[in-house]
Amino acid sequence: MDAIHRSEEISLAQIYLQNEAAYNCVAEMGELGLVQFRDLNADVSPFQRKYVAEIRRCDEMERKLRYLEREIKRDDIPILDTGESPEAPQPREMSDLEATFEKLEHELREVNQNEEMLKKNFVELTELKHILRKTQTFFEEGDAESQVFSELDMTDHAEPTSQLMAAFRYVFTTDSKNSTETERQALDSLNAEESPSHDNARLIQDRGDGTNAKAHLKFVAGIIQRDHLVGFDRLLWHACRGNVFLRQAEITESLSDASGNTVNKVVFIIFFQGDQLKSRVKKICEAYHATLYPCPDTPQERREMSIGVMTRIEDLKTVLGQTQDHRHRVLVAAAKNVRLWMAKVRKIKSIYYTLNMCNVDLTQKCLVAEVWFPKLEEDRIRISLKRGSDESGSTVAPIFHVMQNVKEKHPTYNRTNKFTRSFQNIVDAYGIASYREINPAPYTIITFPFLFAIMFGDFGHGTIMMLFGLFLILREKQLEAARIRDDIFQTFFGGRYVIFLMGCFSIYTGIIYNDAFSKSFNLFGSAWSNSINEKTLHDLISSGGEKILTLEPNVSYDGSPYPIGVDPIWNLADTNKLNFLNSMKMKASVLIGISQMTFGLGLSYYNHKFFQSRLDIIYVFIPQMLFLTSIFIYLCFQIVVKWIAYDYAGGYTKFGYYYPGAGCAPALLIGLINMFMMKDREKGFVVDNTQGSHEYLGACHTNFWYPGQSFFETIFLLIALACIPVMLFAKPYFLWKENQMRTANGHAQLKTVELILLLIALTMIPIMLFVKPLLLRRAHKRRNLARPASREELLSILTDEDSSVRADVNEDDAQVYHYEDTSDKPAGHGHGHGEEFNFGDIMVYQAIHTIEFALGCISHTASYLRLWALSLAHAQLSDVLWSMVFRHAFELDGYVGAIATFVLFFIFAFLTLAILVLMEGLSAFLHALRLHWVEFQSKFYAGDGYVFNPFSFEKILEDARNTEDTQ
Amino acid sequence: MTVWIPLVAVTAFWLLVGAGGPLFVPAGPNKGIIQTMIVLTAVCCHLFWIVVYLHQLNPLIGPQIPVRTIMWIHEKWGDAAGPLVSD
Repeated sequence: MDAIHRSEEISLAQIYLQNEAAYNCVAEMGELGLVQFRDLNADVSPFQRKYVAEIRRCDEMERKLRYLEREIKRDDIPILDTGESPEAPQPREMSDLEATFEKLEHELREVNQNEEMLKKNFVELTELKHILRKTQTFFEEGDAESQVFSELDMTDHAEPTSQLMAAFRYVFTTDSKNSTETERQALDSLNAEESPSHDNARLIQDRGDGTNAKAHLKFVAGIIQRDHLVGFDRLLWHACRGNVFLRQAEITESLSDASGNTVNKVVFIIFFQGDQLKSRVKKICEAYHATLYPCPDTPQERREMSIGVMTRIEDLKTVLGQTQDHRHRVLVAAAKNVRLWMAKVRKIKSIYYTLNMCNVDLTQKCLVAEVWFPKLEEDRIRISLKRGSDESGSTVAPIFHVMQNVKEKHPTYNRTNKFTRSFQNIVDAYGIASYREINPAPYTIITFPFLFAIMFGDFGHGTIMMLFGLFLILREKQLEAARIRDDIFQTFFGGRYVIFLMGCFSIYTGIIYNDAFSKSFNLFGSAWSNSINEKTLHDLISSGGEKILTLEPNVSYDGSPYPIGVDPIWNLADTNKLNFLNSMKMKASVLIGISQMTFGLGLSYYNHKFFQSRLDIIYVFIPQMLFLTSIFIYLCFQIVVKWIAYDYAGGYTKFGYYYPGAGCAPALLIGLINMFMMKDREKGFVVDNTQGSHEYLGACHTNFWYPGQSFFETIFLLIALACIPVMLFAKPYFLWKENQMRTANGHAQLKTVELILLLIALTMIPIMLFVKPLLLRRAHKRRNLARPASREELLSILTDEDSSVRADVNEDDAQVYHYEDTSDKPAGHGHGHGEEFNFGDIMVYQAIHTIEFALGCISHTASYLRLWALSLAHAQLSDVLWSMVFRHAFELDGYVGAIATFVLFFIFAFLTLAILVLMEGLSAFLHALRLHWVEFQSKFYAGDGYVFNPFSFEKILEDARNTEDTQ
Repeated sequence: MTVWIPLVAVTAFWLLVGAGGPLFVPAGPNKGIIQTMIVLTAVCCHLFWIVVYLHQLNPLIGPQIPVRTIMWIHEKWGDAAGPLVSD
């Protein structure tokens, strides 16, 4: 039994590894994945450890590989990922790998650099090409216009190539008086003509010498980003006081800059006069990141240059193509291996990381590792170590020394498979089990879906959920391969077995509740039939038929209940269906809840037994059990007796009292409260307890309903079952006996019995509270008296198995290291107390534990009523959904009815899925979770362990892959 | 008497599952888990069934049903064996 219900036995071992074999041995351990290395250098900073240099090299390799991967992804080359795990490479292979990566990275960087240069050149040349083309059109326009102007002016000074000259001359001639007003008029008239060339007139402020102007007029051509143009234009105008003339032309095709982004650019040409303006213009160009290009003056030169540029662009294109081809080839070759390399590098890194946790022996010849390992796997570990040392060619085999009597807290290792993992996760989310404590996960596999199903019970909804779970399970392989990284999907997928089981149990509870989308089946024939004669029915229907009648159980009910589940008649009882179901569900909740709590308490017994804590069994477990029994199991018993003993008709004597009928069936809740309050009540149901009497004795359903004698037997049985030690049960027994002697009348005994039960429960509290701490203190005192002398103590240190010799990595001294007892096991387990005895702590712990248990029993029982509340809510919601939505479709006839059915079905189906299955399912899940964590596990589960985390390549690679995926 | 038939039959069924099922689990690493599951399933299912069954054993209240529905019951499910009530 222990194998599956407790975590595995873990041992601590020291491994002495030869320096040259250490790497291989650790690699083998990583492949095996069954040992957890302890960090023996926790106080040494990561930079002072032995294999820092190697780890750095691995980091560097990883960086290079990541760079490579990024480049591969940028080119959209598929990365080959077989998911296979390569053997961890030998240390000497590391430099080969390093060289390969270095070469690759170098090559790639060079290619990238070249490509960048070429691209830059290409961009520049393209820009130049555009400038030449656009300026060519400027100048050509100028030619045409200048001819027009020369005709107008009748002057032959017009420079045939420069439109500017024409404009300049035009302005000059019209503005002979040098007056600003006329200038403005002229400008306006020019503007009105909207010819861009006429704007040129503005430029010419210095109209001193028209003939000289031609000689000094200069221009620069360049290219600028389109969004900068407006600001550039304005600044140019202000800075040069309007003395420059800017022309622009948009490049229709968008260019790419050196980094590959596309930008829209504009070609501009600026005309100005004089060197001062030139430098100013150039500065402004610089400020706006406009690139200036040399542009020859004469058309011939421009044409030649243009041709030159075109040929160079063509050349560049071929070179660029070749460079990209080369890069692509390199990357494709790398893409085949990059994953494999990554895995290798990660393995090397993790090996060195683990080696850094080991201690260096005094002689510097070997490394000392301390590992936790499952005891069952010792042989496999030894074989792996042997193989590791053989591979490295070392002559000396590693020494594997299992340590005894380790007092340190052991890690908790529960073996799981894909089915049990999700349930183990549910338990672990609350707290990792203490070492070798009972693991609730195997029970949770069934009880969790079962409690869920009680709240979710519906045949239809359960089927939907079960099919969804089944789909996830059957498509497991495909869905896993698809690697869907959606959080919600991952949650559902991870819990697919939980969902499946929850669905299955919901189908079962749905059958028991006789609910399928709020409708009932009548498979076995209802136990109820009509009890009203036909004539009355006809009369009532003809007079309106709105009346509601009660089918009395004594006539309508045939005596044997519907065999499986709730009778379908209750689904037809609109008005008192809930009265019936609530009472049933409430009682079911109490019974199931108390069963689970008792089961949990029973598990605590196995815990105490396993940890050989007699003290806990006698003074914690037994009083707790008694407490639970005397109040809550007694309540359960009452529920069952009431079900069996009392029926509707009555008229018989039960337990010595005459029972007149349904009105006097004992009310258990009031009875429980009265039991707490020790309220005195009448005995029996009718006056004088005579046959056939119908004169009720007070509020007959709250009266005592059975004499003490029969109850004594029940209690005796329960007490015997709970194995009360003589010391505990003798006292209540004698109290009861004394009382029996005093009261001759057997009828007076019930009150005493309940009083005794209460007394037992109350006496349990001080016993739980005080006895254990007191006994512990006594035991401690005794131990102190028998303490060994100091000399013996010294000797015991030398012979102690718990200490080991440890050497410091950097210094040459060794020290005797004691495993300090870091565990702070609760006093509840009665062991593991250190030398320091703290009475206060134990007292406080015990007090909390006792109060928690005593109050918990009450509040937890009440808490199980959530089973009733949620199942009620679920049934009501699905009922409302049916009657408010889908039923309306059936009230219509003909085509309209058909359409309404079609439309309303989808609304009904959507709401069923979204609200009843998804939302209700979620809330029922959370409540089931709480019932397990708090109500069930608090009875036996300490949960202060830590998880066994073995060094495993598989896990390391998987983790790395997951983090990559989420990025 | 008819009360006992379902009681014995269903109880026997779950008893068979709970007590007999674990015997037929093939040996393997998960044997213990499967046995625990079978036993717990039988216990839980039987507990829930018997709670509902016992609750209906001696009904203390009768269903209150609209007259039209009673008429339907009269037609489909039939009348009770005893003398019928007039109202």
